Amino acid sequence: MSTHAPIGGKLFTRPFYFFLLLFMIALAILATRFIFGLGSVTNLNDGYPWGIWIVIDVMIGTAFGCAGYAVALLVYLFNRGEYHPLVRSALMAGMFGYTLAGMAVMFDLGRYWQFYTLMMPGYVQYNSVMLEVAWCVMAYIVVLWIEFLPTFLERFGLKNLRQKLSKVLFIIIALGILLPTMHQSSLGTMAVVAGHQISPLWQTQLLPPLFLISALLMGYALVPFEAILASMGLRQPMETSLLAKISGVALAVTIFYLVLRFADLLWRGALGFAFESNLDALMFWVENLLFIVPVVLLAQRSSRTNPALIFISAVSLLLAGSIYRINTYIIGYHPAAGGTWHYFPSVAEIMLTVGIFSFEVILYLIFVKTLPVLHRA
Amino acid sequence: MPLNRRDFLKLSAAGVGGALCADAANAAQRETKQLPPDAVGMLYDSSLCIGCKACMSACKDANNMPPETPGQPTPLWDTPPETSGRTLNVIKLYQNGSAEHKDQEVDGYAFMKRHCLHCVDPSCVSVCPVSAMTKDPMTGIVEHHADRCIGCRYCVYSCPFGIPKYEYEDAFGQIQKCQFCAHLQAKGVIPACCDVCPTGASLFGTVEDLKQESQRRLQMQTDQEYEFPRGKLGGGRPGHIAKASRYLKHVYGEKELGGTQVMYMSAVSFDKLGLPTNVPDFGYPTISEGIQHTLYKWMLGPAVLLSGLVYVVHRNTRNHHDDDHSDSETSSDKGTS
Amino acid sequence: MAISIKESDTHLDGFVGTLGGVSRREFMKFCTGVAATIGLPAGMSWQIAAAASNPQRPPVIWLSAQECTGCTESLLRSTHPTLEQLILDAISLDYHETLSAGAGHQAEAHKQQSMQQNKGKYVLVVDGSIPVKDGGIYCKVADRPILDHLLEAAEGAAAIIAIGSCASWGGIPSSGPNPTGATGVAEILKDKTIVNIPGCPPNPYNFLTTVLHFLAFNRLPELDAKGRPKFAYNRLIHENCERRPHFDAGRFAITFGDEGHRKGWCLYKLGCKGPETYANCPAILFGDVGPGAWPVGTGHPCFGCSEQGVGFTKGVHQLAELETIKPSATHVDIAEDIGVGVTPAAAATALAVAGAAAGAGGVVVNRLMQNNGNETDNDLEPHDREG
Repeated sequence: MSTHAPIGGKLFTRPFYFFLLLFMIALAILATRFIFGLGSVTNLNDGYPWGIWIVIDVMIGTAFGCAGYAVALLVYLFNRGEYHPLVRSALMAGMFGYTLAGMAVMFDLGRYWQFYTLMMPGYVQYNSVMLEVAWCVMAYIVVLWIEFLPTFLERFGLKNLRQKLSKVLFIIIALGILLPTMHQSSLGTMAVVAGHQISPLWQTQLLPPLFLISALLMGYALVPFEAILASMGLRQPMETSLLAKISGVALAVTIFYLVLRFADLLWRGALGFAFESNLDALMFWVENLLFIVPVVLLAQRSSRTNPALIFISAVSLLLAGSIYRINTYIIGYHPAAGGTWHYFPSVAEIMLTVGIFSFEVILYLIFVKTLPVLHRA
Repeated sequence: MPLNRRDFLKLSAAGVGGALCADAANAAQRETKQLPPDAVGMLYDSSLCIGCKACMSACKDANNMPPETPGQPTPLWDTPPETSGRTLNVIKLYQNGSAEHKDQEVDGYAFMKRHCLHCVDPSCVSVCPVSAMTKDPMTGIVEHHADRCIGCRYCVYSCPFGIPKYEYEDAFGQIQKCQFCAHLQAKGVIPACCDVCPTGASLFGTVEDLKQESQRRLQMQTDQEYEFPRGKLGGGRPGHIAKASRYLKHVYGEKELGGTQVMYMSAVSFDKLGLPTNVPDFGYPTISEGIQHTLYKWMLGPAVLLSGLVYVVHRNTRNHHDDDHSDSETSSDKGTS
Repeated sequence: MAISIKESDTHLDGFVGTLGGVSRREFMKFCTGVAATIGLPAGMSWQIAAAASNPQRPPVIWLSAQECTGCTESLLRSTHPTLEQLILDAISLDYHETLSAGAGHQAEAHKQQSMQQNKGKYVLVVDGSIPVKDGGIYCKVADRPILDHLLEAAEGAAAIIAIGSCASWGGIPSSGPNPTGATGVAEILKDKTIVNIPGCPPNPYNFLTTVLHFLAFNRLPELDAKGRPKFAYNRLIHENCERRPHFDAGRFAITFGDEGHRKGWCLYKLGCKGPETYANCPAILFGDVGPGAWPVGTGHPCFGCSEQGVGFTKGVHQLAELETIKPSATHVDIAEDIGVGVTPAAAATALAVAGAAAGAGGVVVNRLMQNNGNETDNDLEPHDREG
């Protein structure tokens, strides 16, 4: 009955095996990490206690996962029903992004076996931004799975349950909008306390809105990105007109973001740092040029129907948001004291990150082939 | 990632400090915290320090820490390059040019002691999600409790002095930091580094007394001999007679980042000794907590937002409450497939 | 005095008698020892031997001012075999208040005679500080202030050696209220080169070596800014101290007799002045009785006897300043390099991942462009084995 349908087909294809291999490598790295400690596989040190496992796997991973949030915002808050066909795959992207980010946190936590203290009233520390993020992300993972539940129920023909669920789903959907608003902004607030350790190019009290908006942008970018890849890789139809519309939304939000970003830099008098000859300045321009690319490419209405331009813009936005996060937390972060600290991810760190993204691809392939996720006209 | 720290410090001196101060006026900043009533602290006088590292060895003994012997084929010497999961206290050396004169910036050298400064408004306590970092309400000692720590290392990331350290080489590693020998102080013994310091360069006492002592030193005439207390300020131990140095007219930690209970005096500028200078007079938690408290006061904001969202979403899902119908409506205008 | 090595070689056979029972072997051992102290190559011992056994012994006038005879006693107690005999034979000690055979007018007359006969050739050695207050009346010899004796003897001296801390910079008499105006020799004879051999007492070998250097080469050894021979006084005691590793490791004796003291740890906290005192005590030791025979070796902190402004001035318990030395190499820098930066393997991995992503993106964009050009209404060609 549903216009969403599993696309079926052979699951164990060559790409599937390739990604599985990458995932297996990541599992071996994980085993080493849990037996010999974080230092055995990562280049983390006390100057850079957060490496790419946190910044890419968690912060960027959840920002990718904002696809569900971004589309839900359009559909449910602004009542733009026409985007509905995108909801399910966007939700799924969010679900994977967040679930795997949650897993990645557990790999990175130094004392993961005491994770339960986050839920113990005697221990929780309400001033901690980290606490808010942790609670929100945990709650949002649950929310995402509930939001996605109808897909399972449909697949297994539990029509009754599906209907009962849809009666209360609006609360879950509301939570699904509230929670990412809270923690995606808080992921920015988390850096505020680092103070002078973060370059003025990134350290600002506007970090919360900037992180929130850029996460939203990445969500809007992920939708066409995923749709175009799916249409090509899995021979799915492409909803070009919808992608054109959502690209328009992304364009508007990007312009808003850039205005806010540069106004803040100017107001703080920090723009001068962008013209120094150092890595900070270089990465600042890489980051912001990537934000500007879609503005240029999608400026004309006609170009928004060109899948190639949409795709390039989407990739550009995803990269821009990612580099913004890497810049804020790693490149623009200059450990205050105690040493001349160096950090570049080790091979194992990179391969674990690759493995987690591979796992996401694997899950995506399994889900779209066996569950009614993708929209069928 | 070869980041030039020195350049950055120059930049941050000009930029961040100023920017944050300027921003602060507009921020929803919370009140800065006040010194606890019985605050104990330390005055480290770089000009008195002779770099003997007795405090390092006493610290290892007092805290039962193993030696660090990086790059030694046969481990012989405890030579930690920095405080770490195995070292809570390190004597460091500033040197310039021929390094012939003590307490001189050019062609001179000076020693520096690295350990927790026990901030009045500590970032690590503010950021810890599970209260593993605490500040004693009476003595003000910032202590870590590994029994509840989840190892997120946010304290490591946020500390403006780079003090909390994690044991990366251990599968069950924990955060380590100077606890000001709280276990010894509970027995009425002063911290090991102050106890053993031959010259009184590390001096233990109440923060108020130490501030007075630092003022006394600022009044001293350079190269005149004075008696410098050793061990505990007012503890009755014979002092150390030495010539007063050319002190900078500033005591680090009186105001920096909201004040620290460990304070520094020196003849060599503090940024040369690796301390962040040009930092605001308030701790960074006043900003980050200020933002959080504004947004999440009694969770009022989120509650209001949620109720609004519930209302709107409910209305909107009722409008096209059957997903499938709305899907088919909208799919008609697709230009694809 | 330039005796070639070949000549000295033949002269040596005659030494046995003149050395007063010292065997040739023992004598050469001594000379080699002197050469080593001074930092000369072993071959130089022949030249020194020749100087030490020169039948024309250089005359020495030894003046004693405000002193305790400690310097002389210490010199006599050098335990190289019958060293005193050697020295008394190597040089012609024409006047020495303690060691002169004669006394009173006889001794004074002999001194005058020697000074006149050997004008410009004799070596003047002074121990003890010179009182200058009230016309120098606080130390008189032969009814004349020692100051006069000094000025008189200095006139015709080929070299002047101030032995002991008193003669070098005033020593004990000059510290504290200093009622006699005790002054070092160099302070009085400002226009002359004075060799200072400070110490209380100084190591006799530093004196002997200086004398023999003068005899062998007809010039004084290289001196530092304070007139001290560099071979003996250019290093801090702290630098050669056998307890130095304990200092570097932060292991200190806190009180006499405590665990650290018994274990031989660093005596800095007991007031050891090694870090501000220049002398070679830990290197050549005292009394030739083997290792540990010097103050720090026996468990007593160095009190800086040879260093002006330290010995007899600072309290024994007072801590030394480490003003003048470079800090130890074991100290870590304020900001040491820590952490792993870009390694080739990591860079290659990162580039490979980025390259693969960029390649895939390129392929996608390429296909999309083609499709768009073809206006094929999204009927994408089957391009892999999916589906």
